[in-house]
Amino acid sequence: MQIHVSTKINGDDAEYLCDPDETLLDVLRDRLGLTGAKEGCGTGDCGACSVTLDGRLVCSCLVLGAEADGREVTTIEGMAEGEMLHPLQKKFLDHAALQCGICTPGILVAAKNLLERNPDPTETEVRYWLAGNLCRCTGYDKIVRAVMDAATEMRGS
Amino acid sequence: MRYESPPTLDDAVALLAAETGTSRVLAGGTDVLVQLRSGMVEPDLIVDIKRIEGMHDIAEEGGGYRIGAAVPSVAMAEHEGLSALWPGVVEAVGLVGSTQVQGRCTLAGNLCNASPAADSVPALIAAGALVRLHGPDGQRDVPAEEVGTSPGRTSLKKGEVVGSILLPARPAGSGDAYLRFIPRTEMDIAVVGAGVSLSVEGDTISQARVSLGAVAPTALLVAEAADAIVGTTLDDAACEKLAAAASAACNPIDDKRGTIEFRVKVSGVLATRAAKIALARAKGEA
Repeated sequence: MQIHVSTKINGDDAEYLCDPDETLLDVLRDRLGLTGAKEGCGTGDCGACSVTLDGRLVCSCLVLGAEADGREVTTIEGMAEGEMLHPLQKKFLDHAALQCGICTPGILVAAKNLLERNPDPTETEVRYWLAGNLCRCTGYDKIVRAVMDAATEMRGS
Repeated sequence: MRYESPPTLDDAVALLAAETGTSRVLAGGTDVLVQLRSGMVEPDLIVDIKRIEGMHDIAEEGGGYRIGAAVPSVAMAEHEGLSALWPGVVEAVGLVGSTQVQGRCTLAGNLCNASPAADSVPALIAAGALVRLHGPDGQRDVPAEEVGTSPGRTSLKKGEVVGSILLPARPAGSGDAYLRFIPRTEMDIAVVGAGVSLSVEGDTISQARVSLGAVAPTALLVAEAADAIVGTTLDDAACEKLAAAASAACNPIDDKRGTIEFRVKVSGVLATRAAKIALARAKGEA
């Protein structure tokens, strides 16, 4: 039997029906057309499916769609405001912090969540925070530099 | 598969007790979802306990803290009182997985997943944590070391569910620590883990508990290792006895992460180092 879920996604009310064993990642991608979150591993190791659930960074592949009932989800689709990219997104372009792009949405969501909690992280803090976001193309230096640069810009200094 | 998110523990117990097939309790889901998706388990019933009142609470109790079964690791790290009283436990659960996993994973889940390598379990055992189980016959408190019985198996009876875990009060002059060995710096599974909790009177250790992980089918409470340091100042001779007792308690497997010989040796080393950190904390030096 399918479960009826009422939730909020990127600030907008959303409703869907999902199977009891269906993950939030599959709901986002297959039922709601929000394909920014990617399935890399499906086991919570790679971070490509990162979203926030009530403000906490989580792997949406390790959350059931049914669990989102009454909660708030944010995804990469909520990051830019219309055509206006978020500073993190701009800095990822400036620093060429991506190649194939599969890991990028998850890393951006994770980095945004970090900067909301800690606007002035050290490089070590950035690296540990993003340890659960795997990238197999660029290596991590450009990503870390982009996050540090965005943090500086967002602090307005 | 049915998904239920009952409003009370009694309802959760009733659901679990009535289910004739396979059931799983869902707290943070960081193990259950992986098992579900890999086909390792095909549950007929999932009981999500996160809608139950109190499951997300860290509540002071008798000078200690009662931690709800759905409290994620990150909420423990954010709790100043808990982090000050039981830093070793908070650090241990903070070693599990990534930031994303930290936002979901729980002490109760780490305990009930019953992996011998679970990081928080030796710390819980060393701390003398009491696990509150709710079941068809009411509630009972069991020591953390009595929950895991073999890899993936627990002593929980049909219909029982962990409601909370109590990290008890401790005398002034107490400290705890957990250390693990992994070949990388982050995001890995313990090859050996060691948790130590102790109290001092003056310079002398008055009581201690030592627990080891990943060196036997379950995490171990090693009384001989604690006996080796009680009544000492943790001088070199006591450290040697502690290391020898820890190594002697090991019954590890050989696998890709570490050999038997390596695990036995490293158990002694880590137990000693964890004891030194716990002692420094007990004396207020760290």
